[in-house]
Amino acid sequence: MNAPAHTHAGIAADTAEIGDNQAGENRGASAVWAVQARGLCCRHGEQAVITALDLALAPGQLVGVFGTNGSGKTTLLQTLAGILPVGGGSLELLGQPLATARTRIGYVAQTVPEGAFGRIDAASFVAAAWQGERWGLGLRHAAERRQATQQALRRVEAQHLAARPMDALSGGERQRVCIAQALVNPVSLLLLDEPLSNLDPRSQQGVLALVRRLCDAQQLAVMLSAHDINPLLPVMDQVLYLAAGRGRIGTVDAVVNAASLTELYGLPMAVARHDGYVFIHPARGFMPEESPHGDHAPSQSRGQPHGQAPQGPAVLPAQEQDGGVRSNRPGAVETSGGRP
Amino acid sequence: MILGLEYGFMRHALLAGSSIAVACAAVGYFVTLRRQAFAAHALSHVGFTGAAGAILLGVSPYLGLFGFTLAAGFALALAGSRLRERDIGIGMVLMFALGLGVLFLNLYTANAQAAMSILFGSIVGITAAQAGLSLGVALACLLALAAIYRPLAFASLNPEAARARGVPVRALDLLFVALLAAVVAIAVPVIGALLIFAFLIGPAAAAQALARGMARGVLLAMVFGLLLTWSGLAAAYYIGYPASTWIASLSFALYLVAQAARPRRAARAAG
Repeated sequence: MNAPAHTHAGIAADTAEIGDNQAGENRGASAVWAVQARGLCCRHGEQAVITALDLALAPGQLVGVFGTNGSGKTTLLQTLAGILPVGGGSLELLGQPLATARTRIGYVAQTVPEGAFGRIDAASFVAAAWQGERWGLGLRHAAERRQATQQALRRVEAQHLAARPMDALSGGERQRVCIAQALVNPVSLLLLDEPLSNLDPRSQQGVLALVRRLCDAQQLAVMLSAHDINPLLPVMDQVLYLAAGRGRIGTVDAVVNAASLTELYGLPMAVARHDGYVFIHPARGFMPEESPHGDHAPSQSRGQPHGQAPQGPAVLPAQEQDGGVRSNRPGAVETSGGRP
Repeated sequence: MILGLEYGFMRHALLAGSSIAVACAAVGYFVTLRRQAFAAHALSHVGFTGAAGAILLGVSPYLGLFGFTLAAGFALALAGSRLRERDIGIGMVLMFALGLGVLFLNLYTANAQAAMSILFGSIVGITAAQAGLSLGVALACLLALAAIYRPLAFASLNPEAARARGVPVRALDLLFVALLAAVVAIAVPVIGALLIFAFLIGPAAAAQALARGMARGVLLAMVFGLLLTWSGLAAAYYIGYPASTWIASLSFALYLVAQAARPRRAARAAG
């Protein structure tokens, strides 16, 4: 795939405020957004964790989702996965409403399920998800199921684990098998909630390289949340940074800079770079625990049309800068804003 | 004639025991998969209270058994995902139910044998009607389990991923608890509330240790359950001592053998 450099992939953030200029207007006729949200409100119970988020993600894109504890990473992914109801705004996945798109979404939860520590073998664990929403024994589809299982394990390079009991796998191997389970059905969007936690650096690299290959080879759109931005710097196309109920999406350089994060957090932030690593820290003093109901998180969009929140759009226009990490990655979707 | 099949009580025992063993093994496989063994244990004890209450009121013990296990099961299933300390909640329900059970037995002092047979079962005291009921309920449970097999397996292994794919995880929890309550209700008069693990957990745990795939595991558990019942009854018939004791002992032996065989299989798979 050799798209020209100006197809700054997927995100319509480089020219206009997405809240005003609807993201959908920027896409080409043939392409379909993997994720398209406008004024999306994500709730965890009664609490609006994310108040109004605009988001557009193209196929083949890998987006890293970052933010402090409680900033809404998990809530956002669970909303996209259909586990939590949409709290407000509009959400389309793969060009369809969530209810019809959900069978084409793979979701790997933050906590590895207890069932992944059991005694059945990895192949059976993966196979259980194949058309797992259908009733009955599924005896007639045994051959299809076996084939899909083998293929899913091959896609995550875990064929050799097929016969191993789940309780005999290492953490990295188990994570791979969980991703294989999410891929056993034909999916176009993969949501990974902190797949790197509890993995050693080598296993982290392995999982990330795998996810990057899935994006490139199969045009899979991936949203991956993580705590540390550094392991993802070489592989991700875009950063979605969540703070104070809002979010900012763009290239690493456009989002992860002092001005942008200061605005997002509502308190002075600084970004230090050293040896290719990025360190985000408060410019002075300590950072208070994230509180969606605190001073920096007015529940601005409640009861109001999105995009007209008193404090401006939730996703702030990211300033394009050259030299962004992978900012020139080819995307499947043309955006109107050309880059020089 | 072998196994005393010329006697009605032995025929009833074999019929009831076999159907209950197969249904318990299949349901029990998912109980172990879902790590709900303690909940199953508690439900059977709640069933004891239900049976004691039914005897006190002069209605069929089966009504009390099923009603109480179902009510307690629903309560646990509804609280389950909210309560982080699931074991504590189950323990509290169990304690309260047993306290009530003591009261019921205390009020109904006429027949101590009734209490014994609820607690430890009386497989050779099963009537033709009981055997027929056991067979019918067991068949219904197996059919229901087959109907929900795929989503239940998915939700048992990975509930969050299942929910994302549109599996009604909460409804399945309730359905499964209803199945569990049904097999517990028919099993308690046969094997007893205290010994229900012999049918529910023993064969399933052994099958999980030995079988790699899920379908094979369920089938193996069912075979183990049948063998257990037949050999237990045969031992009781030819050697003596209560059949419940034999079945419980054989279930334990099966579990131990399977556990001992397991590490070698895992090592072979890894190597």
